Amino acid sequence: MATNMATKISIQNLDLFYNDFQALHGISLEIPENQITAFIGPSGCGKSTCLKTLNRMNDMITGCRIEGKVSIDGEDIYDPRTDVNLLRRRAGMVFQKPNPFPMSVYDNIAYGPRVHGVKSKSQLDQIVEKSLRSAALWDEVKDRLKKSALGLSGGQQQRLCIARALAVDPDILLMDEPTSALDPISTQKIEDLLDELRGQYTVIIVTHNMQQAARISDRTAFFLLGEVVEFTETKLMFEQPKDERTERYITGRFG
Amino acid sequence: MPNKSGVLEQNAPNANFVMEGKSLYNRRAKPVDVVLKLLINGAAFLCVVVLVGILGYILVNGLGYVSWKFLSTPYSETKANLKGILPMIINTMYIVVITLLIAAPIGICSAIYLTQYAKQGRLVKAIRFTTEILSGIPSILFGLFGYTVFCILFRLQISILAGCLTMTLCILPTIVRTTEESLISVPSSYKEGAFALGAGKLRVILGIVLPCAMPGVLTAVILAMGRIVGESAALLFTSGLAYQMPKGFFQQIFSSGRTLTLHLYQTAREATTPDAMNIAFATASVLLILVFLLNRLAGLLSKTLQKGTE
Repeated sequence: MATNMATKISIQNLDLFYNDFQALHGISLEIPENQITAFIGPSGCGKSTCLKTLNRMNDMITGCRIEGKVSIDGEDIYDPRTDVNLLRRRAGMVFQKPNPFPMSVYDNIAYGPRVHGVKSKSQLDQIVEKSLRSAALWDEVKDRLKKSALGLSGGQQQRLCIARALAVDPDILLMDEPTSALDPISTQKIEDLLDELRGQYTVIIVTHNMQQAARISDRTAFFLLGEVVEFTETKLMFEQPKDERTERYITGRFG
Repeated sequence: MPNKSGVLEQNAPNANFVMEGKSLYNRRAKPVDVVLKLLINGAAFLCVVVLVGILGYILVNGLGYVSWKFLSTPYSETKANLKGILPMIINTMYIVVITLLIAAPIGICSAIYLTQYAKQGRLVKAIRFTTEILSGIPSILFGLFGYTVFCILFRLQISILAGCLTMTLCILPTIVRTTEESLISVPSSYKEGAFALGAGKLRVILGIVLPCAMPGVLTAVILAMGRIVGESAALLFTSGLAYQMPKGFFQQIFSSGRTLTLHLYQTAREATTPDAMNIAFATASVLLILVFLLNRLAGLLSKTLQKGTE
């Protein structure tokens, strides 16, 4: 099953440096389309850094440079011809802490489409409703679309951020520990939501929580000290890890 | 570095540090506490007394003379029945509005450049240092500079426009610094969120960063406004003391005109009429009320703006 999946994102021999410090060492991953891939590993192992190379958010960090190749659907995203804004439209990102803009729920969702040129009110209305429904938030906020998004609870804010990312019609969702700032019930809702998004989007989720990776992901990559130790089907990794370090990590002997 | 004996001393019960008795009720206050408390309260009281004293003195002496007629008639040094301050109010408005129209866009744009675009290095540090120095320079020096550069070199003569250009130099540092601070305080997570949606840099700045910083920017502008209303030294050199009623809307910009502060200075100094001091105090009262209203406006506006974003 795993062998005939189409590759969406291909990372080949990726090295990443923060000035003189090398944070990623020769990462190579073939991330399949429309599946949920989890990046796990202890703090500081490079999983978030690796995630940020996929929509080039690392461009904004001064002193950060990469070597190697990252391609989406066969196109090298570090090619000089790449339009970073289009790349980020195709690869949406959800951050660790919910970061809705200090404006209304409606304007939060409409921000992305407006940036990419949607002007018609009726079209925006449709996009806002569709995105909020996809993020399982519509019923909770439909009566307060014009109210500030900062009045929502943390879990609602995070789903709003997911809806905001979905509103620009991406095919990839990059999630950087999206539930680590949330309570268990909100976390549950986000995980349910991810389950619904499975098959429609290529999702990559960075998580500290191994149970979360085991529950929701199809494939898991285990990062350690800037390297990928093991990348395989989640079930396989948690039942029969090939590498001894993976086994020690998932059985909680370090972390 | 704690040595062996030091550690031992810390662990051993300290003879100098044993609670006297076990009651939690407050015992008699120590004399040092009482003296310090008196000093602190006294200092605070003194500040309030001075402030209330000045305000009271001016308002008591001035308010009685303020009437609709005083506010709405022109002024003449020779005619006893023409002692209004309408031209000065108009001139003050001219200077406030035109100065802000010039200074606010320049100040806000340079703050955006300094915080969002410029490479944070030596140049930016040098610019920050210069703006800080500039904001501490006595305004009469700006007046002298404005007089030699705008009035003489640029041939603007002594005019409201020359005054506005000089005031622009005076308030620019304040606007830049205050705007910079409010731009820096915008959480970077907002910016990240917008960039991650594929927004370009200019869009992120205009659509996300600037609106979030708006209360601070507005405060900067209103502070500057207060500074302009209260300025006299720099304007004495550049916009002059003429008190005629404006002849035309644009013509006035190029002619000399005295502001409320300069009117206050001139009437009190010259004392050409017996009621000169009354006029000076009445003008001072009008100034005070104007500044007070501007401050209230600033508070109200930034509150409503903040409500919009929270």
